Amino acid sequence: MSDASTTKSGGIPNPLAWIGRGTLALFAEIGRLSLFSGRTALSALIPPWNLTQLWKQIIAIGFYSLPVVGLSAVFIGAALALNIYTGGNRFGAEQFVPNIVVLGITRELGATITGLMLAGRVTAGIAAEIGAMKVTEQIDALKTLSANPFRYLYAPRFLAAALTLPILVLIADIIGVMGGWLVSVYALDFDSTTYLRNTIDFLTMEDVVVGLIKAVIFGMVIALMGCYQGSKSSAGATGVGRAATLSMVGAAVLVLAANYILSTFFVQIGI
Amino acid sequence: MTQPILELKGVQKGFGSNHVLRGVDIDVAPGRSLVVLGGSGSGKSVMLKNALGLMTPDAGKILFDGKDVTKDQGKAREAMRSRVGMLFQSGALFDSLTVWENVAFRLLNADGMKRTDAKEQAVETLKKVRLGASVADLRPAEISGGMQKRVALARAIITEPDLIFFDEPTTGLDPITADAINDLIIEQVKALGAAAVTITHDMASARKVADEIAMLFEGKIIWRGPASEIDRSGNDHVDQFVHGRADGPIQPAL
Repeated sequence: MSDASTTKSGGIPNPLAWIGRGTLALFAEIGRLSLFSGRTALSALIPPWNLTQLWKQIIAIGFYSLPVVGLSAVFIGAALALNIYTGGNRFGAEQFVPNIVVLGITRELGATITGLMLAGRVTAGIAAEIGAMKVTEQIDALKTLSANPFRYLYAPRFLAAALTLPILVLIADIIGVMGGWLVSVYALDFDSTTYLRNTIDFLTMEDVVVGLIKAVIFGMVIALMGCYQGSKSSAGATGVGRAATLSMVGAAVLVLAANYILSTFFVQIGI
Repeated sequence: MTQPILELKGVQKGFGSNHVLRGVDIDVAPGRSLVVLGGSGSGKSVMLKNALGLMTPDAGKILFDGKDVTKDQGKAREAMRSRVGMLFQSGALFDSLTVWENVAFRLLNADGMKRTDAKEQAVETLKKVRLGASVADLRPAEISGGMQKRVALARAIITEPDLIFFDEPTTGLDPITADAINDLIIEQVKALGAAAVTITHDMASARKVADEIAMLFEGKIIWRGPASEIDRSGNDHVDQFVHGRADGPIQPAL
């Protein structure tokens, strides 16, 4: 399609019109997402809560993510220990493996890997479920039955993700450190007792808390992206599939961006 | 004259350059059954969603029991919806809930009824649509399409509404099951004394359930009359639709 606003006189596409349209669309999308996030957060914070739905989502988001989080954490911890050992070996700093593993896992990798794994498993699942509900008119049916989708569908998922992510991250931290310990003791000939003592001595409460605060934010991002993309899913299987893909990609990028912003903030305030 | 339970006055709704409703004027009196006919893409579902408050009209008014509800939100909208039942085209049953939880959804969530009482009422309502208690604990995916429509009908009537909307209630059903659903609709609507608005393009269904029939074409109601006069409407559009002819003023939606 070409019109005066999008083409120059010779029919060549006008790049300024493209940029303008893209910018407007971006701001409109940010606005819609912000409004949706605000309504979801308000519905999550203000009672009454739908405890039945909340419990179902805690099981679906938290409990059923345990295997994938545990497996990811053990391999990340193990690979981290190997790489730190190899790098540290170049200047005789192998003994710092337990310290750097525990620091890297608790402050950074435990939360980030859990966030990314759940962006795949949970966000896409939420988007597909809500998208399917939308295209089969179940969300309209909720409204006609005087149930607010923000309270019945989105708030329980938002709360469940924000509550369970810190628990999952804590578990990922423990399993990730265990992965590093396993490789260090059985492949790199570290003394088990010394490794564990160094880990415990070096670990501070702040390191753990930093990861847990990140986890709460990641949980919110993961649930919001799934609910938002699902709620605006268009008709048909293609629309639902697209919503699942967009939600997963969006959540993964936002988790990484939020991780950087939060890390910067924690460094700035000295923890 | 009796005050209509539902009135649409000059309702317009568009999506971008697509003007779906161009000034719909229609009303339905308490206890009457109105069927709105229209081809695919004629705006029947959009009209119904506007009437239910699932969409907001660009212009015009919607009055429920004499009160303007066009822009109602929150409690005011809930008050209106508590008096309205809706049977969706696809049934729109919640996959994650059992049949009885679907039927009793409003009782459990909006009215805060105890589960034991709600289940008892749901099973009673299922009986009204000829479904036994044995289906109550099944999931919607475990029952047939015809049974799903009955469950959806039970969900629409459980709170004894004053007005029930039926969106293509017989679509996707074989003629015998469709006729059984029509019979149930007539029986239950009469038993409740409720008004009914049905949108359909199934002429057999329209003839059976309607007291009055209206025809929606190009976003406006172009004919309305008693169901008994549908074959003598004197309107070319209605005649073409009633007889299912490809030739005529209505172009097939290809």
